[in-house]
Amino acid sequence: MANHTVTAVDSDIGRLRGLISEMGGLAEDAIQKSIASLMQHDLDLARAVVAGDARIDALEADVDRLAVRIIALRAPMADDLRDVIAALKIAGVIERIGDYAKNIARRVDGMEFRGKIEPLILVPAMADIARSMVHDVLDAYAARDKELAIEVIRRDDQVDNFYDSIFRNLVAHMMENPATISSAANLLFVARNLERIGDHATNVAEMVHYAATGDYLQDRLAGQKSA
Amino acid sequence: MTTIEETALVALLDMPSLLIEADKVVFANRAATALLGAHIVGQDVRLALRQPDAMALINARDGGHAKVKGISVSGSLWDMACHVLSGGRRLVLLQDLSIQASVARAHADFVANASHELRTPLAAILGYVETLEDAKAGDDPATRARFLGIIRREAQRMQSLVEDLMSLSRIEAVKHDRPETVIDLAALVREAAGETQASITLEMKTAAPNVAVQGDRGQIAQVLRNLIDNAVKYGDPTKPVSVILEATPDTGWASVSVHDEGEGIAPEHLPRLTERFYRADASRSRAVGGTGLGLSIVKHIIERHRGFFDISSRVGEGTTASIMLPTVQG
Ligand SMILES: Nc1ncnc2c1ncn2[C@@H]1O[C@H](COP(=O)(O)OP(=O)(O)OP(=O)(O)O)[C@@H](O)[C@H]1O
Ligand SMILES: [Mg+2]
Repeated sequence: MANHTVTAVDSDIGRLRGLISEMGGLAEDAIQKSIASLMQHDLDLARAVVAGDARIDALEADVDRLAVRIIALRAPMADDLRDVIAALKIAGVIERIGDYAKNIARRVDGMEFRGKIEPLILVPAMADIARSMVHDVLDAYAARDKELAIEVIRRDDQVDNFYDSIFRNLVAHMMENPATISSAANLLFVARNLERIGDHATNVAEMVHYAATGDYLQDRLAGQKSA
Repeated sequence: MTTIEETALVALLDMPSLLIEADKVVFANRAATALLGAHIVGQDVRLALRQPDAMALINARDGGHAKVKGISVSGSLWDMACHVLSGGRRLVLLQDLSIQASVARAHADFVANASHELRTPLAAILGYVETLEDAKAGDDPATRARFLGIIRREAQRMQSLVEDLMSLSRIEAVKHDRPETVIDLAALVREAAGETQASITLEMKTAAPNVAVQGDRGQIAQVLRNLIDNAVKYGDPTKPVSVILEATPDTGWASVSVHDEGEGIAPEHLPRLTERFYRADASRSRAVGGTGLGLSIVKHIIERHRGFFDISSRVGEGTTASIMLPTVQG
């Protein structure tokens, strides 16, 4: 009987983790497609990204339901409980990542195609780092790999630096070329959303680390930085 | 067939292969655990394959095939096959298309376009030679000089075409190994700007005099030459071409932008410029001796260096072609 309970919890948690990974796969795909739609000014692709976000939201609801069921019916303990809590939090964060990708796709229509905005080249490079953080943190989640999670957190500085650089470039550009202000403002918004995606990938990495080890990383890394 | 027999067979396959039952990975062969990690066995299949296209195939009632991007490494391309076995188990087979796909495409392109591109100057050369053989035209010194000039120009075009094609195939051959030597991008930019006859304004927005990147010196020089060459060829000869090198150490990237104030390129051409032989203005490009391979060489080299290439333009105002390369820290 006791044995039976253990397997039931295990298989429920397995499904829960599968749902998270599925959500993550969709979010990763949405980021990649939103940037592709921006660079190629592909309005159909941009619309598909916006429409696809509903699926991520639906999966988040599935995660919530399953997590509540596990807590209510299986009364998980220790590691299992940590897994469930981490899944709940991660689902919320991935849902936000999906929203940022959707926001980017929504701006494509308002942007002039390849206007003479120099920092446009910076955007795919920045997007690539943000996307790779999401990719790697999902790998870390699947493998319960705390080292990879820490590595993802370290990469966030690079995204932030990119944001600063794009910001400075765009502001300078706006002052010199008032005619392109609205495109430049849209691009700044895109960069801002990428920067948020990087932050959220970091949040997921912290939860992955928490689920794997039981301690919160924030305090530890924060301590390291100030030292 | 029993699961034990299936497992034994799947273990023998060279390609990454998974057995799935009730949404769980029940067996993964060695190639699959090498690709996806040993942790996938016993887990929900979505933890092994989360790409939306892969998931759709696994859930398809009758199995089938799909092309899936970004399994394990982003940018990779896979052919995924899903077979439905007895008892509802599923066998998933993965085949790496990243290398094959590009080779197949390169081959098709080459045959279709290269023969056309080579045949045009060849036909012109043959035509003029035949005319010269006719005493009526061949004996007149003015006509002969003019025809010989044309023959020389067409032959030179063929020569540069063949050189470009060879250089493209050399780049393709090594495109999966990133160069390991460290070179100074700033020096290369200065050299490339100094090589041309046209007037160039050079701007170095860098903190240090050197910008270290991991790269192949000859290939990066070729990229810079191609971009500057385009700006000079298609730009406004009365206005200088500007070359800007920018390295912001805190982002870990350096960029080079080449800007001209020529006629620009209409937006519908922009996404296709890096295709082999694609020209925005074919007659103009031919007139200036272009083969339409320059930017596709640029794109391949930059990809090999894990960088980015982008070209933006406005009709009537000008064009900016930019590359970005990761810098070496420290
Ligand atoms: N700076 C530019 N301004 C306007 N058009 C350009 C510019 N750069 C490239 N193009 C267009 O893009 C096309 C492709 O460029 P690419 O460098 O690949 O080929 P090419 O210059 O025709 O030949 P090649 O470089 O192989 O001698 C050109 O034919 C031209 O129409
Ligand atoms: Mg060229």
